[in-house]
Amino acid sequence: MKTWLKIVAVVLVVYVHIAGLLLAVPRLNILNETIRNLYFHVPMWFGMTALYAISLYHSILYLRTPTLERDHKASAFATTGIVFGLLGLGTGMLWAKFAWGAFWTGDPKLNGAAITTLVYVAYFVLRGSVDNQEQRSRLSAVYNIFAFAAMIPLIFILPRLSPSLHPGSGGNPGFNTYDLDSKMRMVFYPAVIGWFLVGYWISTLRIRILAVEEKMAELDYAKHA
Amino acid sequence: MQSMLKHLLLAAFMVISFASNAQQQVEMADTMRSNGKIYVVVSVILLVVAGLFIYLFSLDKKVSRLEKGASEKNIQTKS
Repeated sequence: MKTWLKIVAVVLVVYVHIAGLLLAVPRLNILNETIRNLYFHVPMWFGMTALYAISLYHSILYLRTPTLERDHKASAFATTGIVFGLLGLGTGMLWAKFAWGAFWTGDPKLNGAAITTLVYVAYFVLRGSVDNQEQRSRLSAVYNIFAFAAMIPLIFILPRLSPSLHPGSGGNPGFNTYDLDSKMRMVFYPAVIGWFLVGYWISTLRIRILAVEEKMAELDYAKHA
Repeated sequence: MQSMLKHLLLAAFMVISFASNAQQQVEMADTMRSNGKIYVVVSVILLVVAGLFIYLFSLDKKVSRLEKGASEKNIQTKS
């Protein structure tokens, strides 16, 4: 990752924390100031989806041309994605407590998000349970495709088809309907881009660590051989 | 006599103007104490975010050092 992109990430996230707390937001009953959570809760999910998509991309490429690097990339992006997903669940639960009255409602959007996270946890369980590197990489790459294919309906399609409290689901309007003068977009989009870049950055760090570990193992092997 | 009256009046006006000035709202850097102290919260959050980013940059550097070390070792074993 280029240094200027890291700086863009820092600038965007810092801007979001200032503008997201200080700029005017629509005054709505029940939501009150918690509408600002839009700037912090939703970018976690956008970031997670983008990171899982990149992970999927590398898994598909791995199946075409199996290299260790592709496997490292697929697993690193999925790891960061799951962290974003857990943060999304946590922030969502806190918000739900004060907007809907309970940390967890049996809402299709919430259940879908929870199942998605479990599906990706299973990806790492699978990786951890196969010793042979080639088998592990191939199996997890195939599983990753299924995991992503399960995420799309669980988060983006099924909640829209059933009654739901969550904005953007079950015929509910998304936040764009409250954002009449598009002022919230000025913070929301930078938040999405900024947090995604931070996630990407952390993923590249993981990939580089995995590559160094691999190199160390190779050198160790060469020494004993 | 007239000039003395003038001076007295001038002095009186000066005192009045000073006194009224003192009662006016004096502009100070009150941002951190205004609006229910939201700026304090913003500063605290920024401190946390800044700390995390500094940590991230330092981790990045550390990984770069490891990469360099690994490639140097590689050269040593090959030669």
